[in-house]
Amino acid sequence: MSSDVPDASDVADAADEVDAADAITDEPEANDSAVEEAAKHVPSGAPPLRVEGLVKRFGGVTAVDGASFEVEQGSLTGLIGPNGAGKSTTFNCITGVHEPTAGSVYFKGEDVTGLEPYRMARKGLVRTFQIARELSEMTVLENLMLAPKGQLGESAIRAVTPGLRGDVVEQEEAIRERAWETLDFFEIDHLATEHAGNLSGGQRKLLEMARALMTDPEVVLLDEPLAGVNPTLEEKLLDRIHQLREDGYTFLLVEHDMDVIMNNCEHVIVMHQGSVLAEGTGDEIRNDERVIEAYLGEDV
Amino acid sequence: MTDASSSGDRDAPADERPESATAALLDAAKRSDLGLVLGTLLVVYLAATVLTFADGLNSVVGLMRTLTFLGLVYALAALALNLQWGYAGLFNIGVAGFMALGVYTMGIVVRSPDPAFGPPGFGLPLPVGIAAGMLVAAVVGLLAALPALRLKADYLAIVTLGISEIVRLFLQSSAFDTFLRDSLGVGTGGGRGMGMPRNPVRDLFLVDGQAGTPTAFGELVFGVFGEDALGVSNSILIDWGYIAVLAAFVIAFYVLLERLGRSPFGRTLKAIREDELVADSLGKNVDLIKVKVFVIGCALMGLVGILWFGSQGNVSPTPQFMPLLTFYVFIAVIIGGSGSNTGSVLGGIVFATVLFEGPRRVGASVRDVIDAETPPSFADAVAALDPTAFLAFATDNVAPLQFILLGLILVFIMHRRPDGILGDRIETAAAVDLSERPSGGETDE
Repeated sequence: MSSDVPDASDVADAADEVDAADAITDEPEANDSAVEEAAKHVPSGAPPLRVEGLVKRFGGVTAVDGASFEVEQGSLTGLIGPNGAGKSTTFNCITGVHEPTAGSVYFKGEDVTGLEPYRMARKGLVRTFQIARELSEMTVLENLMLAPKGQLGESAIRAVTPGLRGDVVEQEEAIRERAWETLDFFEIDHLATEHAGNLSGGQRKLLEMARALMTDPEVVLLDEPLAGVNPTLEEKLLDRIHQLREDGYTFLLVEHDMDVIMNNCEHVIVMHQGSVLAEGTGDEIRNDERVIEAYLGEDV
Repeated sequence: MTDASSSGDRDAPADERPESATAALLDAAKRSDLGLVLGTLLVVYLAATVLTFADGLNSVVGLMRTLTFLGLVYALAALALNLQWGYAGLFNIGVAGFMALGVYTMGIVVRSPDPAFGPPGFGLPLPVGIAAGMLVAAVVGLLAALPALRLKADYLAIVTLGISEIVRLFLQSSAFDTFLRDSLGVGTGGGRGMGMPRNPVRDLFLVDGQAGTPTAFGELVFGVFGEDALGVSNSILIDWGYIAVLAAFVIAFYVLLERLGRSPFGRTLKAIREDELVADSLGKNVDLIKVKVFVIGCALMGLVGILWFGSQGNVSPTPQFMPLLTFYVFIAVIIGGSGSNTGSVLGGIVFATVLFEGPRRVGASVRDVIDAETPPSFADAVAALDPTAFLAFATDNVAPLQFILLGLILVFIMHRRPDGILGDRIETAAAVDLSERPSGGETDE
């Protein structure tokens, strides 16, 4: 099984290729991405993701009220909290769906507060959705092939000009191969030519994660990836997450299921009423008085 | 043109031999895109022949010309709209306005500066005019898209409909005409419209476009098919020459859009149509891509306007560029199946020939053989309780009744086949084959 894992060097190679490709596109964003690339290679001990004093208000409602936390390189960090604790809003502020009212988001030490989702994804921070958002009219393979960064053929001119299309096709072949490998890894390769809309709920979750990985991310934000997934598939998904983490990916996991978080995450962040209530290992959280009081209540 | 068409053409005879020539033809037509389009045209031609063969070859060829011309221009417009609406889901209901911008700009740029011949222009060569027409349509499309695309889809529809009407009313306005004449020295002709520059295809047949002085090529064509040989009038022959140009444009549009569709660009468009947030979250600059595809589509619509109305001798803003035209183009795309380029070509041809021209032609032919007085009103026609009288009334009033027919057909399509003729097609959004795993890859455990 481990032979199927796209190993880190493969991923790095692919990323380099894509970076080179990015540099020669004549797209207006080419400048931006050059800046992004420069930022990417700054060697720093900064954590991949840091949130500081994040505040988000919707009218009179304060959904996130000064949340601060860090996600360590190569960790699987869990984010829990009761309904309305502000987990999803925090997520949306990090990924750029919402602009924070106050506070900052740092990606590898760089201030990325309020950047649009597509810019965050290009920097290497990608997310999945709580309710799987597969592109149902596209095949599973197309869903995956959509994701990689720096695709030459995304320039309309390159896509149609005979002399330039050769490079596009070559890159497409490489992307197709990587898509197949990723499908192998998640064991949904038998569904490759199926329309994503025909997949079961669990398969959609696998597809979402596979698609997110195709962007070559460094940090993956998983929004309840196990909600509505049967126990067998849940095991499979968690197994894949652990394997990927060993390959150097960093995960931030929002999950309702306490056991999942406690058993899998080495670091747990508990949110309550919009701010961080406690942080620590699963055991520390389990025994934290404030957490028991505020969240676990009579459960533990 | 595509893999499907070439393989269809090749395989048809190789497979088991079909029972008859017609069966073989039908078989091939079903499997190849080109066959499907040509087969549809063939059926239309057969119907045209049945309707007019009594009037002689000239009428048959003349009707075929009219039908083919309309079919091809609607196919072009449908292809341009399919890029915006079918691929990217951008609801542009200002198609007529962008076509008007294209053809009017071309007219103004190319027309003679001498006011003696009507509204003056800049007197520049035709290719400059065509490029300018596309450019102006694209720029206005950009201006519309920048604010509207940032909002929800419905606003784009409202804005484009508004722009289309603003364009038409500006062109209609004599105040705008006067303003242009005073400021730039060119005019639109207001409500009276403007004459179009001579079609270069005409020069291919006639020296300086003058009737009676054919070129060597014209001599040859007129000699074989013309009045003295097969009896087809010269003007119809020249029109067929232009139809060949239109067919070339249809093929060019088709190849361009197929290539766009079968590329990462097309893949991103499909993703945007389905779920913008997903495309955004995967690193696609959704706003920029939407603006790009909208502008490309508008430029193509400008070109369609030039090819279509620029060849008609004279353009006027009303009724040619009423919003009705936009809805006709939409119907063509819906019939063919939005998202499919072959479907758009087919939809354009079927709409223009069967739904748009068909009822009038059939109605007129039927009216000729009915021996009855036309009742003065619909009530009289019904009250007469005489099917002949009713038919006489119906065939005499085909134009208004046609709208009822169109409505019924739309309801039928929406109900029975909401995806259109070819809407169930799976169009691959990649520059490589995705149907099976390329050899050399690992197999499943």
